[in-house]
Amino acid sequence: MNRIDSLFAQKKEKILTIYFTAGFPKLQDTRRILLALQQAGADMVEIGIPFSDPLADGPVIQQSSKQALDNGMSLRLLFEQLHDIRKEVHLPLILFGYLNVVLQFGLERFFEKCAETGIDGLILPDLPLDEFKQDMEPLCKSTGIHFSFLITPETSDARIRQLDEASSGFLYVVSSSSTTGKKKDLTSLQPYFQRIEAMQLKNPFLVGFGIHDHESFLQACRHSRGAVIGSAYIRTLQQAADIEQATKDFVQQILSGNRVHAAP
Amino acid sequence: MSIEYRVGGIAPSVLRLARPGQYQVNEKGYYGEFGGAFIPEMLYRNVAELREKYLDIMNSADFQEEFGRLLRDYVGRPSPLYFARRLSEKYQTCIYLKREDLNHTGAHKINNTIGQILLAKRLGKKRIIAETGAGQHGVATATVCALMGMECVVYMGEVDMQRQAPNVARMRMLGAKVVPAMSGSRTLKDATNEAIRDWVNHPEDTHYIIGSVVGPHPYPDMVARFQSVISAEIKQQLQAQTGSELPTHVVACVGGGSNAAGSFYHFLDHVSVQLIGVEAAGKGLTSGHTAATIALGRPGVIHGSKTLLMQTEDGQIREPHSISAGLDYPGVGPIHAYLHATGRALYLSATDQEALDAAFELTRLEGIIPALESAHALAKLKDLQLKPEHVVVVCLSGRGDKDMETYLRFLPTDENPATTEPYS
Repeated sequence: MNRIDSLFAQKKEKILTIYFTAGFPKLQDTRRILLALQQAGADMVEIGIPFSDPLADGPVIQQSSKQALDNGMSLRLLFEQLHDIRKEVHLPLILFGYLNVVLQFGLERFFEKCAETGIDGLILPDLPLDEFKQDMEPLCKSTGIHFSFLITPETSDARIRQLDEASSGFLYVVSSSSTTGKKKDLTSLQPYFQRIEAMQLKNPFLVGFGIHDHESFLQACRHSRGAVIGSAYIRTLQQAADIEQATKDFVQQILSGNRVHAAP
Repeated sequence: MSIEYRVGGIAPSVLRLARPGQYQVNEKGYYGEFGGAFIPEMLYRNVAELREKYLDIMNSADFQEEFGRLLRDYVGRPSPLYFARRLSEKYQTCIYLKREDLNHTGAHKINNTIGQILLAKRLGKKRIIAETGAGQHGVATATVCALMGMECVVYMGEVDMQRQAPNVARMRMLGAKVVPAMSGSRTLKDATNEAIRDWVNHPEDTHYIIGSVVGPHPYPDMVARFQSVISAEIKQQLQAQTGSELPTHVVACVGGGSNAAGSFYHFLDHVSVQLIGVEAAGKGLTSGHTAATIALGRPGVIHGSKTLLMQTEDGQIREPHSISAGLDYPGVGPIHAYLHATGRALYLSATDQEALDAAFELTRLEGIIPALESAHALAKLKDLQLKPEHVVVVCLSGRGDKDMETYLRFLPTDENPATTEPYS
């Protein structure tokens, strides 16, 4: 069973998904961060494949991508780093990236590598629905890897149904039309989340973009199964003296609201 | 076809072809394998709205009337088709210059921004964003925003802001907010990223006036149609001046490729016309400092469309280089990727030095200072094996005022005769 499906079967609420950029802050930090997130109590992880021109990302994630690329990160190296990750990491793993990097790697080779590595899901925000159906859906089906589309408050109900139909695992509900990393007041978005909830979609959904603390996490979880946090965690990593401790503090703060300070 | 720009009547359409040609975009937004709309969902509604409405709006009588009137009275169209006698003598052929440099704001860019601002108004948009490299598109956008009283934000690479300072000043004087793009090479590619991010963050009230035949469908087709006024006029003017509406060669520079797309447009199905696009080779094709996408690129996805793209093996976009800020772009419009793939058009490249030499040559032979972009097109005249019976049209896409600082740095003097041959 795909680990994303297992997670949603087992945990009904407050699923915490954390995004980080592979190769950031240091080239070899990928495995360390994954282990730290697992240890700290995250439920699922999105691993960002750095891209030079990330259109949907705000400045924080863009900067982390640039640093990762400057460090020498590539998709090929990421697969090498994740080679036997399943010996230690049991969390569902999702790759989040932009289409060009995957195209240049080679679609079939990419899916082979994902399957070998134990990747459970993919998110490629610039892949159009038609192209997905034509080129990627068959590969997703044959490898059992899930693909999640994004929806926004601007997405029509008819299109939400189309995107839900094409998605598997979960649907990614973008909190508002924007790039990543903008702090938002999610209270005003409750009617939007309610509307999605009422549509009784095939897939469960997670809310992302703008979630940055305990309060916004709870707001996002009120009508969804959970939330995705990216920029706020990247900011934490930027400042972290100790990745393990900083990750533990971060996850705990999101889940409980209690600020934990690392010992000096 | 007649280009009269009548006021009070329906201007003859320069925006549509009588039948869909082999080289036009298909209903899914592709030119062969190139094109499409590779955008995040946050932009889907805007792009879909544009795709659904652009042809109806452009073909409507009131749009045609207003567009035609503004092209005539505001832009100053038709732009002259000038027989360059001394240049022709030098190359032993017949060379005509399509004088887009004489348009209001000094470049072909205004054709497209006039069209898009009228479209944005009809879509009910209140705010305009744009990206610019050399500043010509930024100036043209700021101009039409002033004309229509709309808010205007222009993204420009920080490096380009320095090398195109006069255009930055113009945009500000016109009321635009010029925002420096600080990422990457701080040039056109990065300005485009910033503009798209702005659009993602303001999807409801904002129209993004893309300045070239790049971006997600329908932009490449829409911009090509607005710029097709260039080839429509060339045909009519050549007919009047030579008795034949078809030249043997059409030459234009290619960054994203909008003046080339406009110059080629009405000749695409006339296979006797050799279409030639000239890219910026920068310091040389193998130097690592180049913007010659068609020469060096592979298919990939950038800024919302699938096209040829300068990139690393890992799919990271390579930083381009050209002495001309307007050609400093790692991609190319999907129509050009397709015209290259099918062999319908020939793509050459000119180095920084060749472009400078060509600019000085035109200036001394014809008294016209071209934009550095256009100088790339002029630079290839020497390589075309032209004959006296040939009729060559070169699109002079813009004027060189904005490039004076660069020209002065390289101006040949007695002490430093940097050019390859003397001017007679």
